[in-house]
Amino acid sequence: MGAPLPAPAASRLFLSGNDAVARAVWEAGCKVAAAYPGTPSTEILEELAHYPDLYTEWSVNEKVSLEVALGASMMGARAFCAMKHVGLNVASDALMTMTVTGTEGGLVIAVADDVGMSSSQNEQDSRYWGRFAHLPVLEPADAQEAYAMTKAAFELSERHRCPVIVRMTTRICHVKGRVEVGERMAVEPTGFTKDPRRWVMVPGNAKPRLPLMFEREAALAVEAEVSALNPLADGSDLTVGFVASGPAFMHVREAFPDAPVLKLGLSCPLPLHRIRALAARVRHLVVVEETEPLVETELKAAGVACHGKDILPRLGELAPDVLRPAIARLLGGEPAVVAHVPQQQVFPRPPTMCVACPHLGVYYTLAQMRNVIISGDIGCYTLGAGHPWNALDTCISMGASMGMALGMDKGRGAADAGKKVVAVIGDSTFLHMGMQGLLDITYNRGNVTILLLDNRTVGMTGGQDNPGTGRDIHGEEAPRVDFAKLCEALGVKRERIRPVDPYQLPVLFKALREETRIDEPSVIITDRPCVLIDDYRPTQPYQVVEERCTGCGNCVDVGCPAIHVTRRATEVKASGKEVELSFVRIETAACTGCGLCVQPCAPEAIVHAEALRPAHVMHKH
Amino acid sequence: MSASNKTTNILVCGTGGQGVMTATEILAEAALSLGFDAKKTEVAGMSQRGGVVTSHLRFGAQVLSPQIVAGEADLLVGFEAAEALRWVHMLRPGAAVLMNVGRLVPPVVNIGLFAYPEDPVAQIRALGLEVHAFDASALAQQLGNIRLGNTVMLGAMADRLPFPAEVLREAVLARFASRKPQLVDVNRQAFELGRRAVAEEALAA
Repeated sequence: MGAPLPAPAASRLFLSGNDAVARAVWEAGCKVAAAYPGTPSTEILEELAHYPDLYTEWSVNEKVSLEVALGASMMGARAFCAMKHVGLNVASDALMTMTVTGTEGGLVIAVADDVGMSSSQNEQDSRYWGRFAHLPVLEPADAQEAYAMTKAAFELSERHRCPVIVRMTTRICHVKGRVEVGERMAVEPTGFTKDPRRWVMVPGNAKPRLPLMFEREAALAVEAEVSALNPLADGSDLTVGFVASGPAFMHVREAFPDAPVLKLGLSCPLPLHRIRALAARVRHLVVVEETEPLVETELKAAGVACHGKDILPRLGELAPDVLRPAIARLLGGEPAVVAHVPQQQVFPRPPTMCVACPHLGVYYTLAQMRNVIISGDIGCYTLGAGHPWNALDTCISMGASMGMALGMDKGRGAADAGKKVVAVIGDSTFLHMGMQGLLDITYNRGNVTILLLDNRTVGMTGGQDNPGTGRDIHGEEAPRVDFAKLCEALGVKRERIRPVDPYQLPVLFKALREETRIDEPSVIITDRPCVLIDDYRPTQPYQVVEERCTGCGNCVDVGCPAIHVTRRATEVKASGKEVELSFVRIETAACTGCGLCVQPCAPEAIVHAEALRPAHVMHKH
Repeated sequence: MSASNKTTNILVCGTGGQGVMTATEILAEAALSLGFDAKKTEVAGMSQRGGVVTSHLRFGAQVLSPQIVAGEADLLVGFEAAEALRWVHMLRPGAAVLMNVGRLVPPVVNIGLFAYPEDPVAQIRALGLEVHAFDASALAQQLGNIRLGNTVMLGAMADRLPFPAEVLREAVLARFASRKPQLVDVNRQAFELGRRAVAEEALAA
């Protein structure tokens, strides 16, 4: 990955929020850190893996990562885990009871919300978990604060003996700023103390601990009132006072430099008295929070008059260009018009699959099939829902393709009697939460054909390792799961498990056709690596012989971004039918010779390029 | 652009894999080396898969919000022609655009769902903006490596910043000196080619 080596103490680095959290975790003397990759949180563990003297791991899912962290905390070690917002849904089962046991060594959970939804399936607000689990929530406003608050979180965790949630957002994780860093402190694990009444959560043991949890929450509320994490950035203009947290604080300061702002760094429990004191001084109190009206609702319940989502959007980022007009309207004025160049209409550029991606063949094939319902999952292959394939019908949550496919099979009526149910899932998603669903399919005799796309990496988040890759977080050799054996152990018949090369279109098509005709669970495993990882070997590129191209457009249907249409035409067939023609060229410098486009080309217009262009020689061979 | 007490806002745009984020990072390093405060932000989630990438750089005495909002960008740097057009509304009126004329045509255009703009440069010019357009990929090819396009673009920006061009050049070369010293010389050439492209284009206009 080429991350910088740990910097000398007391130096100032230009770090992203994710890098800053990693640095702070290391400096805090953390011993165990675990995560499952997920945008925008992925780089935290990726970066942390480069630091010495602590154990890091890619866990199979977020629940396991949190359990690993809790185990380490029980040993009296400082522990950490990171996840994206939806990851905490997965981990919440562990969270909701570890708040009852409490923790021993400091345990910090960094959870990254995708405010603005750059790469997620929803925009949920993780601050709710603080209320739900009665745990403190810290909200950094930039990279420097992400660093400082992560360190503070370990201390807070040990003082109150509970996990602490550091709530990040995309605009914290992926924004770089100057960060003053320090040295690593030595923290020796205090040791495991056998204490079943604390660690064995059966009703008789858990019940007496509930009052302790509420006492802790009351103590945290007292601390929030005096905490340096909740400073007042005072201002001279008392027309509007703000309560803000996270990146919204910076946006408020930018847009209204003269207004007083109470910044919520420790935002749960709420420092109610401090907010009341500000409310008393200003004409209007406005709560600026991304994304749900949590603080606003609590203030209103406490009888503090305030504005919030009545004047601000309930979704997306609250940047200065959103805040300024909203406040202008609140004060009875018209928003000032910002002079700018008019926006121009440009085609959309959605993310797409890479040149020579092994998933291209899979979706080309699925797009040819009729009467199928395709239950999709989360990863690069979700892009199969897009053009030109349009060959993915659902996507909900990690591993959901399995259970949903079974439900589709069992729930079908006469309208869908003749349809085949196919589920598509990647290697890492299968290991994360898909294999339980497969077990459910076999156990309950579902009729589902599963395409397990093993590209040997977690592709969408940038190529992390998992138990299917044979490498650990440091890239070192690790036990590699055998997907065929795993599926067999989960109840799929050996003859219904078919490894297939996804670059061999006829083989793939035949396997899919045969397996969908058989009324029992089957798994087709594709076994070629992601083109972005070291395992991938480019071969000789192709080019189009212009005079041979008939414009049939079959190669365009593969969806490879290296195939470009040079000219369109309309041809009237002898039957009188009009046919649209697309003549093509291949961007040979980008082509890595997978050969997918060659297979549907009837006039054999696609041939190997004779010589490699200089630019191409730059790639490894 | 004046350095004084104002925050400088530079928006760099392109598509996934073009090196937009790295170029902005180097620009940020140059600003930081002069003691400016700086924040750099981008939405990078799915952009690796050929999607739209923008990188916002704000620097000055103190930077609060990391985001440039519409009408506040002082300079737009486009690594791809249509992408430059996509983001022109972020500029304040009369601001400058530095752009690569090279085109990356996405699959949705190839399959005929959308059209690529006929002449992005002319379209931007018609909006009353100062445009410097050049073929960064061709300049990079002249030096035998298309990957130098990134450094060509940095060179193109060098005389449009509130600090001397040499500061940016040093930041570019320092990065290569520490990671790939054998590439320092060719990057110096690429940087100067980019600088000259803008200067000559300005004379010709």
